[in-house]
Amino acid sequence: MKKPQDWRQWALVTLGLLVVALILLVPLALIFSKALAGGLELLWSNLNEDYMLHAIGLTLLVAAITVPLNLCFGICLAWCVTHYDFRGRKLLTTLIDIPYAVSPVVAGLCYLVVYGLESFIGRWFYDNGMQLMFAWPGIVMVTVFVTAPYVARILIPVMQTQGQDEETAAMCLGASGWQIFRRISLPKIKWALLYGVVVTNARAVGEFGAVSVVSGTIINQTLTLPLLVDQLNNDYKPAAAFTAAGLLACMALLTLFLKTFMEWRQRRLMQRAEA
Amino acid sequence: MSKPTLFFLQTPLLPGFGLSFGVSVLYLSLVILLPLSALLLYVSDMTWGQYWFAISDPRVVQTYKVTISAAFYSTLAVLVLGLLLAWIITRYDFPGRRIVDALIDLPFALPTSVAGLTLAALLVPNGWIGQWLGFKVAYAYAGIVVAMVFTSIPFVVRTVQPVLQDLGSEYEEAARTLGASRLQTFRKVILPTLAPALVTGGSQAFIRSLGEFGAVIMIAGNIPYQTEVSSLMIFVRLQEFNYPAAAAIASVILLASLTLLFLLQVVQGRLFAWQRQGR
Repeated sequence: MKKPQDWRQWALVTLGLLVVALILLVPLALIFSKALAGGLELLWSNLNEDYMLHAIGLTLLVAAITVPLNLCFGICLAWCVTHYDFRGRKLLTTLIDIPYAVSPVVAGLCYLVVYGLESFIGRWFYDNGMQLMFAWPGIVMVTVFVTAPYVARILIPVMQTQGQDEETAAMCLGASGWQIFRRISLPKIKWALLYGVVVTNARAVGEFGAVSVVSGTIINQTLTLPLLVDQLNNDYKPAAAFTAAGLLACMALLTLFLKTFMEWRQRRLMQRAEA
Repeated sequence: MSKPTLFFLQTPLLPGFGLSFGVSVLYLSLVILLPLSALLLYVSDMTWGQYWFAISDPRVVQTYKVTISAAFYSTLAVLVLGLLLAWIITRYDFPGRRIVDALIDLPFALPTSVAGLTLAALLVPNGWIGQWLGFKVAYAYAGIVVAMVFTSIPFVVRTVQPVLQDLGSEYEEAARTLGASRLQTFRKVILPTLAPALVTGGSQAFIRSLGEFGAVIMIAGNIPYQTEVSSLMIFVRLQEFNYPAAAAIASVILLASLTLLFLLQVVQGRLFAWQRQGR
């Protein structure tokens, strides 16, 4: 890599920076300037509103359930398709892409059809005192669907390039399956794994389409932060909407920072293993 | 080494196959396959007449047109912008390169409703950017395209970037010293190498744009017959408590996106084979 040489290359770089400024930096600046437009006191009082605190709590709850579930699943799937060769392996990796391709609204509707009150399963749960749709369990379920692919998708290429020589050697030396995983595989993938957690968390916190279908948008009950942004905007409360948006933007920036850091660490880990 | 059996193409050496395979398959079935097939089952209760009526309503047909055309234009725009960004990040060392590299993923990390809210506020006639534009962007068709561009730009950059990195600048320089012009070098050397990545990134961006909901509805204005997208139509039918119609429209979108996904897999395989042959 070298510094741009002539005017053409400088022009390209300038054009690229202009694009970045226009479509990425300006929106970010707008969010924070609007959130702070009414002064710090208004920001603080907006943050302390009941609905805001409730939305923050619900959003964190959803992420706290979704991320560990998808983490376990992602590890299993990535391990399965990279360490064994069997018929249907390609199919598994294609199936995991489905949540990427399916519109989140369609996903929400699918869950509504299966677990809503009109269906047999939903009715059974309701009779046993648990409402799934238009309540927090439904929100968790669709979020699990939408964020299912990320950990697996991040781990698969990492595990593929690392191969399994160390694992096989450990097995020959008599290590058990669990020991192999904990002592050898896990340290090799730990940064990629954390990176997967960060990405899954960001998507879980930010999911809008699927959640809006199954939430029923009941204030103080089923409004997550992204839904609250929409709701406040519809209620013509731009200052409060941008306060919630600012919170989510902070989360996004933190995600970018952690992601960059972890990618760098994983790359270093792999380079060191090669050397 | 070991003979392929009916199921295993290679006998598994490491332990843990049963656990990892079992968990994966169970989870995939419960979380992904069951709900999707339930939707199709639900739709199959309808008669053909009802189904056709639900999906061929003029207002719904208009949403297909809006969604597909907007996704198409946004994909074209994103391919150009994404290639530009990937190019400058991998080729040139300029101040702020790392920050730009990290920021590319912002649309991915920022919740879509926040993106929609922000873009709409920027592009309204008296907004920061909207005041400089001579035409209406927010609450109009152009707004849909802008929202789709914003949300899908990381897909193109992140698929093209590694390929450009691997390619290095040797081939270009060789072509240039052999007397090729800049345009020829780009068309005959760089573009063919990037083709698979561009196709993959472009299709991912397209599929993503087709399904985009949060960002789009907050900027589109949602005027019936003009700026409604198909995902919103499902939502509208749900609010009318017309579940079968919502499910019918959803099944159309679902089948379309699954077809695209499988098509992409096939095309990818072909493209890579073609590229290997070329070398």
